Amino acid sequence: MSPTAYGWLVLAFPLVGTLVVALGWKALPGRLPGWIASAAIGLSFVASLGMLVSLLDQPEEERQLVSSAYTYLETAGMSADLSILVDPLSVFMCLVVSGVSFLIHLYSISYMTSDRGYSRFFAYLNFFVFSMLLLVLAGNFVLLIVGWAFVGAASYLLISFWYRRTTATAAGIKAFVINVIGDVGLVIGAFLLFDGTGALDYVGVFEAAPDAFATNDPQIVAACLMILVGAFAKSAQLPLHTWLPDAMEGPTPVSALIHAATMVTAGVYLIARCHPLFELAPAAADVGAIIGTATLLFAATVAMAATDLKRVIAYSTISQIGYMVLGVSVAAYGAGLFHLMTHAFFKALLFMGAGSVIGAMGGIQSLDRMGGFRKAMPFTFVTFTVGALALAGFPFFSGFFSKDEILAYTLNRGGGYVVLGVVGYIAALMTAFYAGRMVFRVFFGPPVSEARELEQGLLHHGEHANPATGEAEDTDVGFPGAEHHVAEREWPMKAAMAALAVLAVIGGVLGIPGVTDTFERFLEPTFEDSRFHDTAPGDGAEWLGLAAGGVFALIGLAAAYHYLLRDPELRLVTRRRFGRLHTLFVNKWYFDEIFEAAVVRPVAATGRFGRTVVESTFVQGVIVGGTVGLVRAGTSFARSIQTGELRSYAALLLVGVSGLVLYFLIVAS
Amino acid sequence: MDTSWFVVLSAFIFCIGAAGVLTRRSPLVILLCLELMLNAGNLALIAFSRMAGNQDGQVFALIVMVVAACEVVIGLGIIVAMYRRRLPIDVDAMSELRG
Amino acid sequence: MLFEQILFFIAGLGAIGGALGVVMLRNPFYSVLSLVGHLIALALLFLLLRADFLAAAQVVVYAGAVMVLYVFVVAYVGGSDEPLRPEGGGVSALGPLFALALFVELTIAVVGSSLGALDSPGRDIAAGFGSPGEIGKLLLTDFLVAFEAASFLLLVAAVGAVVLARKRRGLEDPETAPGVMSAHDAISGPKEAAR
Repeated sequence: MSPTAYGWLVLAFPLVGTLVVALGWKALPGRLPGWIASAAIGLSFVASLGMLVSLLDQPEEERQLVSSAYTYLETAGMSADLSILVDPLSVFMCLVVSGVSFLIHLYSISYMTSDRGYSRFFAYLNFFVFSMLLLVLAGNFVLLIVGWAFVGAASYLLISFWYRRTTATAAGIKAFVINVIGDVGLVIGAFLLFDGTGALDYVGVFEAAPDAFATNDPQIVAACLMILVGAFAKSAQLPLHTWLPDAMEGPTPVSALIHAATMVTAGVYLIARCHPLFELAPAAADVGAIIGTATLLFAATVAMAATDLKRVIAYSTISQIGYMVLGVSVAAYGAGLFHLMTHAFFKALLFMGAGSVIGAMGGIQSLDRMGGFRKAMPFTFVTFTVGALALAGFPFFSGFFSKDEILAYTLNRGGGYVVLGVVGYIAALMTAFYAGRMVFRVFFGPPVSEARELEQGLLHHGEHANPATGEAEDTDVGFPGAEHHVAEREWPMKAAMAALAVLAVIGGVLGIPGVTDTFERFLEPTFEDSRFHDTAPGDGAEWLGLAAGGVFALIGLAAAYHYLLRDPELRLVTRRRFGRLHTLFVNKWYFDEIFEAAVVRPVAATGRFGRTVVESTFVQGVIVGGTVGLVRAGTSFARSIQTGELRSYAALLLVGVSGLVLYFLIVAS
Repeated sequence: MDTSWFVVLSAFIFCIGAAGVLTRRSPLVILLCLELMLNAGNLALIAFSRMAGNQDGQVFALIVMVVAACEVVIGLGIIVAMYRRRLPIDVDAMSELRG
Repeated sequence: MLFEQILFFIAGLGAIGGALGVVMLRNPFYSVLSLVGHLIALALLFLLLRADFLAAAQVVVYAGAVMVLYVFVVAYVGGSDEPLRPEGGGVSALGPLFALALFVELTIAVVGSSLGALDSPGRDIAAGFGSPGEIGKLLLTDFLVAFEAASFLLLVAAVGAVVLARKRRGLEDPETAPGVMSAHDAISGPKEAAR
């Protein structure tokens, strides 16, 4: 089969899965919806593999294939088809998305058991995977925007999955609103590109762009900036990042899938896909690089101070995506995408481990209440630590090769980029620190009561309550289910976490500089038209960068060990000395408060003004009331004729007859 | 004795009847004035019939008489019904059709 | 001819007098009687116009039957004397004016008309003009449909009169309910007694 045929199959399986689970949920007993959904994604992954194999069969020059299913829109000057583009970049994204999604589906089969909305969960999850695959396979901007919007909708549905929790629904709305800002940016960007090049499909736009725009032409810069707005909203970069920590209100598999491995990487994919345009607009690329760097630093600082386990991982995600954005903005496409893949592995793994721990804690997510789970949950401990080490960039784990490769590229570009690279290394130090912090806080130290109970074999069943506000809840539909699940007891969770752990360890094999550059070579057909194709650092420079990164990782981990386990007083001393800084970090640099004051309040006030003044007074009173009054006044004359009195009617008759006779008299004379 | 004399007389009676309809308050008397108007019309019809020399006008007037009789029957029936229900026999008081 | 002209004036004055009586007399009973006189004068005028059958019909049917009906109803309903000046206000004050205007217009129409035949007594007519035989022949040949329709109309009127005048079952006798304007409003249902 041709690669494009496989491509359509990749899209078809999740869509069918969604429809089957959504429409037939009443007929599917027990955990069958979960298995069906997972099977659908599994088949999609197999089709992606088929797509890969058949693409590799093609000679290198012909690895960009477009297949169109349906002419969606054909008007004067504008045409858009339902078309997919199969090339190494999209194949890579499909593999990552479908592969990691399959493992997360597997994990969710047991994690979401006893939740009353089980089938709904899997229907949404399949819909999300379909949307994400649509996004990455799209062959033109129109279908991209469609996939983009679907993904946003799926994210909203899944964040507010436990819809009777007000915190969850508020978080869902926040995510959606910020995503819409990105959507608007993306649409405007696509329009500007269409205006300049006259095409909407990737192949057409990228071929026409160098002729249509000079370097740093205002229009292409504006278009790229708008595309960046879209990318930043979806990938939770500064300043549109506030939705991602709140999105942790969703179930943990959702956090793993959407907010670590796939949806948030859509922005990175977008920048990589539009790289010919960004190379024509270096100003926009620089903006991307700066924002990426600022984000990775900011998020790393907050992650060091946050107290909710899932939020630490969320800020870690924001930070790591900052690395990816930095990578693709400095034209280190291979490195950025490589990091995307390894990040998907270890971040999903971390979330899965967190889900297991939170299950053991009976729903409590606060780091302050956790400790000493090492003996009670050995499997979770091992896999979580593997993920944390990969995150930190411990030598020879996958994260080591990918993250530090980006930084090596950045430093190699020279000039102002050196600053960005240095900041990246500082943040790498912080990353290692907070990764170690998570491991040491949760698994080391004296065991808490839940851990001790688990050691005896008793899974703690806490009060059913909102972990954020402590409000009591029940276990009916719209709230989490009654049971909690830990990896040690559920084999699907174990299988998924084990697979990801293995990948997190050996994933680096694909991109060892100088030894195996399978990854780079694979992506070459997509990126060989890049201007920076030959500015890659040599192997020696790369190994130097990697070594530096590895050293920082070890320092960070050691520092965490020292602070948390060896010398707890040092912690309190540091906190007192850097008290103000700590408060700043814990309050997330007050971004939420700034937005609340600068954006939310004025908009709410405008709404209230609109309702009271414009609507009530003006529209209701003047326009509606005025019209009514006018009509009433105008017809009052007619109404006054209807007196109901016989004699006035008779008089009118007579007058009318007289008038007629008069008229005829005049006419006849 | 020209035809025009009869027609003018008929017009005069018609207008007297019309004035009566507009002026009087009792529906009984209004009906009577209506009869005046109808009869005036009959007179005009018969005068024209004489003028034209054929009897179509007379037949017309006969039918008008029949119609007037029917109308009187119904009108008086209504007045009787009004009286039965203790409504005032006064057209100025009957204004339910007021818009 | 002179005799006819004299008769015309007498009948004409009688008709006008009767009409004025109907309009201006306050007691409805007197108005009815005045109308009877008017009708008889009109019958005389019909005779002058060679409408024999119609004159007879006028006296027998109209003055004889319809007016008797009127008399019955006036006796039943009673009729209080109305005041001389009607309180209707604008409309009734202007009523005679409108009627006068109409009369003026119609007179102008007739007198100034270019219809030459109006100035003559009429065409030559046969001996049986206006006789019952002639009218009957016309009714049963040329005007059969009108004849039948008129009889149908009479039937409808008779049925209507019966329907209007019958007593409603289940209704308390209006005469015995004190202080009640109407026990049964024709539009809405039975009102409560106290209202």
